[in-house]
Amino acid sequence: MRRALAMLLPLTLALVACQREERDTRPQSALGSGEQPTPVTTLEPGGQRPSPTDNKAASFEANAFHMSEGKRLFGWFNCSGCHANGGGGMGPALMDEKWIYGSSMESIHATIRDGRPNGMPSFGQKIPDDQIWELAAFVRALGGNAPSSAAPQRNDDMMVHPSENRLPDAATLGKSP
Amino acid sequence: MAFAFCVLFLQGCAGWQSALDPKGPAAGELAWLIWFFTALCAVVWALVMIALAAPLVMRSRSGDEPLLLDEAAERGKMRVVVSAVGVTTIILIGLTLLSFFANRTLAAIGSEAALTIRVTGHQWWWEVRYEDATPSRILTTANEIHIPAGEPVRLLLTSTDVIHSFWIPSLAGKLDLIPGHMNVLDIKADKPGVYRGQCAEFCGAQHANMGTFIIAEPRPKFDAWLNDQLQPAGAPASGEAKVGADLFLKRPCVMCHRIGGTPAGGTVAPDLTHIASRQTLAAGTLTMSRGNLAAWIADPQGIKPGSHMPVVELSGDELNAVVAYLEGLK
Repeated sequence: MRRALAMLLPLTLALVACQREERDTRPQSALGSGEQPTPVTTLEPGGQRPSPTDNKAASFEANAFHMSEGKRLFGWFNCSGCHANGGGGMGPALMDEKWIYGSSMESIHATIRDGRPNGMPSFGQKIPDDQIWELAAFVRALGGNAPSSAAPQRNDDMMVHPSENRLPDAATLGKSP
Repeated sequence: MAFAFCVLFLQGCAGWQSALDPKGPAAGELAWLIWFFTALCAVVWALVMIALAAPLVMRSRSGDEPLLLDEAAERGKMRVVVSAVGVTTIILIGLTLLSFFANRTLAAIGSEAALTIRVTGHQWWWEVRYEDATPSRILTTANEIHIPAGEPVRLLLTSTDVIHSFWIPSLAGKLDLIPGHMNVLDIKADKPGVYRGQCAEFCGAQHANMGTFIIAEPRPKFDAWLNDQLQPAGAPASGEAKVGADLFLKRPCVMCHRIGGTPAGGTVAPDLTHIASRQTLAAGTLTMSRGNLAAWIADPQGIKPGSHMPVVELSGDELNAVVAYLEGLK
């Protein structure tokens, strides 16, 4: 009996390690969830009010599943058309330390949802709210603002050299012997 | 009795998705191989079992001197073993040759294929693209592959995310769809009919709900279908459908889906230009009907959890309007 319990304990501990993140793909109250107020400026009439932290931000930030979904959507919705895989082009770079409108999840979410002056269009009607949060989580990860254990990998075709198993043989320098 | 049971049991193998009920030359060749291999191996297995059981049943003739060898008997046994090894070798070589010739037949099917279709696997649906030298005659559709019956068709298989496998058991063997690589599968359906296919390589949460249909039709009917599908989507018929068309372009639908003849040009999700002409929704998960369309749009994550179709915020009236529009896209 004691031995069985002793075996059960490490097994339970090992299984607990399998729980990395929750995958909630079915939002309970979809309707109206995109209308939550997110402050776009700290200038408020009557002094500054405390910025409300969206409880959604916490559940999407640093979540491996949501970040990888954000990466997929980043490609699907052609964010690269202006931001070029985060390096910046017509739009500002997303991988550097400069955040024109702040680096918080709420700010990035507001940027995608409502747009920003000088180019960033509003996607509030075009992307469901949860998907905007996923994109925001991925955009944060682009600049290294996510734990590396959860952040999605860079694509193979964007590496500076081929993956290790595709590197040319050092002895023959890629030429056939 | 046993025979009757077997016959009844095998009756279950007939149908629109069965390797044992071939409807094309490739599947016929494979089915014949399956039966021949099974029958031959069954005979060999029975003989081996008999050879093993015989010494248990028969009494030993060596009497009370088990170590005393009878040379003639030993020589006889040796001959039996040597000939058994010989027969095994011949059988194995024979089966290898049979497989080889069957493979040659499979490879020869598509040599004069007039129609080339590119099938791209996605999590969890099939993108189907009819290739043509004239760009305006290239057709993109999803999950349903119409082919002319009695004609060889060449399928180019690839994938955009993970490895899938294309398997229409009634028509051909399975072949993988590999990202960044093109596989070629030639199929031919002898008779018109609907043959179901299934992703045969585990590809994620909704692997089981990744079905496809091959619809073989006589050539004139196929040509008519192809010309219909090449047309842009018809204008919305009713006022409600008009509202739906407008909503489709204003809401998230337009980000991923394409409807020919409208500004909707997304290519990452199934093409909806003629969605109502297809028999199923969501890669064979639901049958096509107004109710199922509405259910799929309202709660895709309840029907196919994990699928890339998100829950879109639509009020009841908006949902009805979008469904009315999509229902009219014949």
